[in-house]
Amino acid sequence: MSEHSTYTPGNSVEKWLDDRLPVVRFAKEHLMDFPTPKNLNYWWTFGAILVMCLGIQIVTGIILAMHYTPNVAMAFDSVEHIRRDVNGGRIIQAVHAVGASMFFVALYIHMFRGLYYGSYKAPREIIWILGVLIFILTVATAFMGYILPWGQMSFWGATVISNIFSAIPVVGENIKQLVLGGFAVGNPTLNRFFSLHYLLPFVIAAIVGLHIWALHVPGNNNPIGVEVKESRDTVAFHPYYTMKDLFAMVVFMIPFAWFVFFAPDILGHPDNYIMANSQVTPAHIVPEWYLLPFYTILRAIDFNVLFIDSKLGGVIAMGGALVMLLILPWLDTSKVRSGTFRPMFKWFYWLFAINFVALTYLGAQPAEGIYTVLAKVCTAYYFIYFLVVLPVLSRIETPKPLPTSISESVLGKAHA
Amino acid sequence: MATQAEHSSTNRRDFLYVATGAVGAVGAAAVVWPLINQLNPDASTLALASIEFDVGAIPEGQSVTITWRGLPVFVRHRTAAEIEEARAVPLADLKDPQTDEERVKEGHEQWLVMIANCTHLGCIPVGESGDFDGWFCPCHGSHYDSAGRIRRGPAPANLVVPPYEFVSDTLIQIG
Amino acid sequence: MIGAIDMFKTKFIIAAVAAMVGLTSVSAQAAEAGAPIERQNWSFAGIFGTYDENQLQRGFQVFREVCASCHGASLIAFRNLSEPGGPGFSEEQVKALAAEYEVEDPTAEGGRRPGIPADRWPSPFANDQEARDANGGSLPPDFSVLAKARGVTDPFPTWVFNYFTGYQEGGADYIHALLNGYHDEVPETAPEGFELAEGKYYNDYFPGHAIGMAPPLSDGLVTYEPGEDGVTVPETVEQYSTDVAAFMMWMAEPHLVSRKQTGFVVLLFLVLFAGLMYATKRKLWAGIEH
Ligand code: HEM
Ligand code: FES
Repeated sequence: MSEHSTYTPGNSVEKWLDDRLPVVRFAKEHLMDFPTPKNLNYWWTFGAILVMCLGIQIVTGIILAMHYTPNVAMAFDSVEHIRRDVNGGRIIQAVHAVGASMFFVALYIHMFRGLYYGSYKAPREIIWILGVLIFILTVATAFMGYILPWGQMSFWGATVISNIFSAIPVVGENIKQLVLGGFAVGNPTLNRFFSLHYLLPFVIAAIVGLHIWALHVPGNNNPIGVEVKESRDTVAFHPYYTMKDLFAMVVFMIPFAWFVFFAPDILGHPDNYIMANSQVTPAHIVPEWYLLPFYTILRAIDFNVLFIDSKLGGVIAMGGALVMLLILPWLDTSKVRSGTFRPMFKWFYWLFAINFVALTYLGAQPAEGIYTVLAKVCTAYYFIYFLVVLPVLSRIETPKPLPTSISESVLGKAHA
Repeated sequence: MATQAEHSSTNRRDFLYVATGAVGAVGAAAVVWPLINQLNPDASTLALASIEFDVGAIPEGQSVTITWRGLPVFVRHRTAAEIEEARAVPLADLKDPQTDEERVKEGHEQWLVMIANCTHLGCIPVGESGDFDGWFCPCHGSHYDSAGRIRRGPAPANLVVPPYEFVSDTLIQIG
Repeated sequence: MIGAIDMFKTKFIIAAVAAMVGLTSVSAQAAEAGAPIERQNWSFAGIFGTYDENQLQRGFQVFREVCASCHGASLIAFRNLSEPGGPGFSEEQVKALAAEYEVEDPTAEGGRRPGIPADRWPSPFANDQEARDANGGSLPPDFSVLAKARGVTDPFPTWVFNYFTGYQEGGADYIHALLNGYHDEVPETAPEGFELAEGKYYNDYFPGHAIGMAPPLSDGLVTYEPGEDGVTVPETVEQYSTDVAAFMMWMAEPHLVSRKQTGFVVLLFLVLFAGLMYATKRKLWAGIEH
């Protein structure tokens, strides 16, 4: 990266520091001077928005942890204590709870951006895989966070999800007990989930560091998917993209604040205002919305396949859905990155996006009647997209002609 | 000859490497295992592994839910009709074939003792409902019959009968 | 593999048939969940919503004279009643009110002493078992957060609109509906064909319809003093239920008013700031083709 370095220490103190620990040089290279394609659109601001989301969760989370009690007898009341008695607690708690949802909104947009513009293709496979890892860890973090308020949905959500482990042949039941620390979800479970919920965001932050490191090796992809060729294709990250990202963050905060201040509970479930009760199941258990697509895939497998029973089959399908994302760079071998220049891909891509929304919707519906059929159809398309559509399209599709460079493409746009 | 000596010294060196590595791995495993094993159910959780319960107070046609190892357990005093219905079902109709006799204690056929968690994903089924006069799990729609056997829905197995004994005529010991 | 696909196909057909059957069971379930719940005009709805102090005071009176004999409110302290954004009792009133109750205190002589504003609202029963025994086996739920623990499930697309209107009053609407949902003439009897267990009452809005609570309100049951503003309100079940539902919403969400007020300022700030940011960003990028 040193070829970008334009840093010359301004005074002797900076020089002294630069010889020993070149942090200022590092920041200048990576946060300020970093050459960034000048044609990035607003879908590229979600990376910065995600960093902000993680920051918000960590700061509000540390504050909540100062007032929260991880004990089955007191957890529910302690969250209410935060809402009622802690100064500003109602807002801080709401920011954390709503923040989890907003985090996933941004995550999904960021991922679908990558899917459309082919940002997972060489030489960016590692960036993509680290991103999928971040996604999985964030799901785990949010899942463990959701148990902490110790409401009915907390308890039964955790019960249902942890029972998934018992589908693993032979050792399933032992793994479940190892995870829960008991024969059912209880105090040991709450304690360890709190501990891990505190830890994981910092692990995520570390992987975000690797994600950005990996990004700064080849640099950003861009909406036309043609690599940067010369310096006039790029602008310095600062001030151009710092400003654009900051603007996008403020805009993102508007719906965020709307939920926090005017509808803090609308994204949650009323049953979570009832304290956990191991003897009574709520009539209709729904996980948090951001888990729904994968929950639908889990439930869609309600039939046995050969020697694999339906329960294990569901777990395999759900795991498989994530594996698809991990191996995606090798499934789509088309030389063209950006969906903009792939006439056939576009159709399948948007169908995939709609399909994903449908999977989310179906996860909240009772598993009966027409819904189970639709769940199977949508699950099937999810896998077909990765395993059939993308490999086949790579072979048969004739892409539209690509602009020779970013500069040419933006000039064309400006003079059109 | 020189190569021969070199060879054997290489072999000895390889062996040393492997042996050191193996011993190191054993040491590391010995340290890691307790760190993982602490996650398993602790002594106070296991202490509740066995409980006694007097079933005599439950009137016919009613159930109570008790707690064993943190799990809810149904104890049902079945009516004669329920027993008869359960025994009339041919085994071939069952997803997880088990006779009614196998699920109760001889001489105490009216008492059905089962862990209350649905064998699908662990919800608590609702009693006296469903299409088979037994239990119905609202979570994903599993129906159990009057012997707690799975009859329809995603659950793979019958409601689990925990290990228990009648220590006297009405006193059961679970676990 | 072929086998698996065939299997999938058969399952598919079975599922499709089940779907037809399923559709009827969905509508059966909708009936089970109760009649549709009518939305009320709450003063605390919307982005400028605030509680009506007089209404909260009346609601408190209904709670205290009627509901509190069975339902607790364990997270509510007497002091809350005089805190800003609430029913607006004075500190003296709250002090006097608290002193009317006896609370348990192991450090006091005899283990009991008169209440002070910092004490929590005393529970009507010593424990859940006692509460059940006194109520024919049903447990009267605690009121502290009940208005948020209940809600209405709106069909598509209404629930999408709710995100934009910020509709959060489902709990209050449900409580109001429930209190008006008994069948007047013969509360214990249900519509024909409905088997009502002994000690249960039929209610249009209660899930499953068989509720363990007898109709708690009747016209004229509670005598309202004219409010501070001299306004008198009717002493009817309709009015009592609206007032107590509003009070329960306040119990569940005591900082609603300040939350919404802050929110308005925050949103205004964000919109303004975003506008400025946009202008700055435009200016900065003006010389660059992108
Ligand atoms: C990736 C970042 C994070 C995500 C996605 C996340 C998500 C969540 C979620 C979904 C809840 C449940 C909220 C509710 O329903 O009320 C929760 C609760 C909680 N979280 Fe986090 N969290 C994150 C980071 C943190 C951190 C870093 C801490 C502490 C250091 C923390 C501490 C807590 C505490 C104490 C609660 C319980 C209080 C409550 O329910 O509001 N969280 N979290
Ligand atoms: S948990 Fe009972 S059917 Fe799924």
